[in-house]
Amino acid sequence: MSTATATTLRKEAPAQQGKVTQLRVINSEWIKLRTLRSTPITLLVAVALMVGLGILFTYLRVNHGGHHGDTFNGAEMSLAMYRLAQLAVGVLGVLLISGEYTTGMIRASLSAVPKRLPVLWAKAAVYGAVVLVLMTVASVIAFYGGQAVLTSHHLNVSMSAPGVARVVFGTALYLTVVGLLGVAFGALIRNSAGAIATLFGVLLILPDLADLLPASWIPNVVPYLPSEAGGALLQIVPESPSMAPWSGFALMAGYAVVLLAAAAVLLKRRDA
Amino acid sequence: MIVASNLTKRYGEKTAVDDLSFTIKPGIVTGFLGPNGAGKSTTMRMIMGLDTPTTGSVTVNGRPYAEHPAPLHEVGALLEAKAIHTGRSARNHLLALAATTGIGARRVDEVIDLVGLHEVARKRAGGFSLGMGQRLGIASALLGDPATVILDEPVNGLDPEGILWIRNLLKGLAAEGRTVFVSSHLMSEMALTAEHLIVVGRGRLIADTSVEDFTRSASRNVVRVRSPHADRLRGLLLGPDVTVDGTERDTLEVTGLDSDRIGTVAAENGITLFELSPQQASLEEAFMELTRDAVEYHASTTAAAGEPVGAGRTNA
Repeated sequence: MSTATATTLRKEAPAQQGKVTQLRVINSEWIKLRTLRSTPITLLVAVALMVGLGILFTYLRVNHGGHHGDTFNGAEMSLAMYRLAQLAVGVLGVLLISGEYTTGMIRASLSAVPKRLPVLWAKAAVYGAVVLVLMTVASVIAFYGGQAVLTSHHLNVSMSAPGVARVVFGTALYLTVVGLLGVAFGALIRNSAGAIATLFGVLLILPDLADLLPASWIPNVVPYLPSEAGGALLQIVPESPSMAPWSGFALMAGYAVVLLAAAAVLLKRRDA
Repeated sequence: MIVASNLTKRYGEKTAVDDLSFTIKPGIVTGFLGPNGAGKSTTMRMIMGLDTPTTGSVTVNGRPYAEHPAPLHEVGALLEAKAIHTGRSARNHLLALAATTGIGARRVDEVIDLVGLHEVARKRAGGFSLGMGQRLGIASALLGDPATVILDEPVNGLDPEGILWIRNLLKGLAAEGRTVFVSSHLMSEMALTAEHLIVVGRGRLIADTSVEDFTRSASRNVVRVRSPHADRLRGLLLGPDVTVDGTERDTLEVTGLDSDRIGTVAAENGITLFELSPQQASLEEAFMELTRDAVEYHASTTAAAGEPVGAGRTNA
């Protein structure tokens, strides 16, 4: 390591030019997102799971499945692996923030942006946009790949068939909201393990637990849980009971907004 | 310029910073000195808006840090050596911080060269040694060419060359008219670097003084004299305000007379001197004396002195 004795610091242009703006913080978060090796790897894994396993399971199902019930739908089948992709997307959303707390990076981030909230908004915006783009690509490829496999059994559906485009692009939207829920829980809980457990407890375990409720309560509870509400967008053949597709998704997005707002309040209030 | 007024921070029952008021002036290096757990880091975190004071307030260049539109250009801070994501390279870390305020890659490369991290700038920061982490932290503090620089224990983990480099860097920054506020638990280091001292213990202000005054008050004014005629000399030196001790037969320790006077007395009486040396208490001893009651964590085996305060500290 060479040691410069230099104290020759350039006199900076007027401080006016160094203002922190939301756009600059978004740029900063975009740099942060790109420059961790685990980020692209995790996102590529999510895409690979969606596409690869989606096509594989579709193939296995139609070639070894025997009878296909009335509920079988080619679009739903080809996109079923969103369930795995949500693990990658959710975990990464959590780590985006909890990783900064674990490493101490958060103190550098909040020193650079002492108003704090622009950091949270920028993280949510950048990550949401990245997930939406990638998962749209993954959903479209998984859909057409799946339909190619189904063609020989005449089980394929067309993008223009009722509800199909909604399910294909809805899968990307659903996964984006899962990512944002991850960001929110990461900011609320600040501990990676705790936030990941909470996120998937809410998304995956809660519906199971709700099934233990008295039978008459279930229709009043289960459809309104985040993953069930958002899941309504992903069904062509509706399970009963469930919300209408877009109102269900709106409710899921609403949960994410409320949690992000709570995270914002705590981020502003707590010591870093 | 940093102004703290009645700054207090409590964590539950524990008061980390207790009614601290001080002013840090530009153009000089001000040392922030205190034993482990004295509240130095907490104070610096409050200056940077990371912790909210329980009561009181602190401003930098006239307003709370968070209210500056271009914060990185006002204050650069090294708070912990590794306030950095371990998976990111040093250069990308700096690029991300710089982006928040519109600083470009050129300035990033400039500070990387300035702190001597050129060769490892593209390596993951997780593999950095403590010293390299400190240099990276200093690079991020200097990114925005700030008018105020705050460094928490910057010499921690640095090799002697690095310590010398820091010393010159800090003096250079102050000479350019910047406000430089540096914490340390090592008095000796501060004596070489700082002009002014804020000394704290248990969160309270113990001293707000120039290093010069602190050094002067620390000296005991003892002169050590060795002579084959020690007994005769003792009689000649003794007076109303003068005490003479001696542990060895030919050695005297004189308090109350300076070495000039003792030498003159000896010469006038034809007494041979082998040694005539003014003794000063080390600054470290003086510092420990000052903060003895305020040391938070006494090692169980600690005798009175001998061990530098804060030896083996991690980070408070």
